[in-house]
Amino acid sequence: MITKINLLSLFSGLIFSIGLGISGMMNPNKVQGFLDLSGRWDPSLALVMGGALLVTFFIYPLIIKRKEPIFEENFDLPKNKKIDKNLLIGSFLFGIGSAIGGLCPGPALANIAILNPNIILFVIAMLMGFFIHTIAVSYLLNKSIK
Amino acid sequence: MVYYIVIENFTLIPSLSGGIIIGLSASLLMLFNGRIAGISGITKGLITKEHSNNEKYWRLFFLIGLLMGGFIISITMPSMTAKSSKLHPIQMIISGLLVGIGTSLSNGCTSGHGICGLARKSTRSIVSVIIFMLSGFFTVYILFHVLGLGG
Repeated sequence: MITKINLLSLFSGLIFSIGLGISGMMNPNKVQGFLDLSGRWDPSLALVMGGALLVTFFIYPLIIKRKEPIFEENFDLPKNKKIDKNLLIGSFLFGIGSAIGGLCPGPALANIAILNPNIILFVIAMLMGFFIHTIAVSYLLNKSIK
Repeated sequence: MVYYIVIENFTLIPSLSGGIIIGLSASLLMLFNGRIAGISGITKGLITKEHSNNEKYWRLFFLIGLLMGGFIISITMPSMTAKSSKLHPIQMIISGLLVGIGTSLSNGCTSGHGICGLARKSTRSIVSVIIFMLSGFFTVYILFHVLGLGG
């Protein structure tokens, strides 16, 4: 269980949330401020994604050109390339949700540390959301097989 | 008619630096482990039946690291956390559900599609980011300027 892969994952997660914190993504006010174009607009989050892409946009293609990652055997990249209803509706709902709460999954989980019951509510609701969709999918799949 | 945008609270250096750090984190995960740093996918994969035990373990370790970092931030710079925002239980439940269902349906979130997907030049991710951004702008417009809630 304490493997190179898992330790690297831990380190990556640690850096990730430190980045989230420094960037302001952990603060719902900053997220909503970014989305409030017609009010008092806070452009900061554009710089967050911009800063992240400054790195990944150039480094990712170099990495993926390799035959394999350094620790793992294979790259595990999404294979679905279709733009389907699920993508469109899901993105739309995610946009609404993250605007209402000012939180994305990562910042929400990182905010567990502040021990605010409202954050715990969000996280539980988000996990329920995962389950609701996953169960609905397997139910519909089973129905269509019958 | 004169249109103007009022800019406030712009934290250029911290936001850019934080973004770069996030990008480095995602790059590390891809270079060493060959995995996408998409938080919704990592979390969902941990708790649902999708994956083998190995695929669950690295996710667990990633999230433990994420929580540790959150803890560090909450101690060293608490004003950067949700402590600075007023949160309401009903707001949290509704938004949490929508984020959970939405990211599950679209198979990604701001990190998965926005940071990793765009870097891979994935058309799915480009579409997803455009839609969730527009949806977000629209929702905040309705919340703040039509319903008069918050802001």
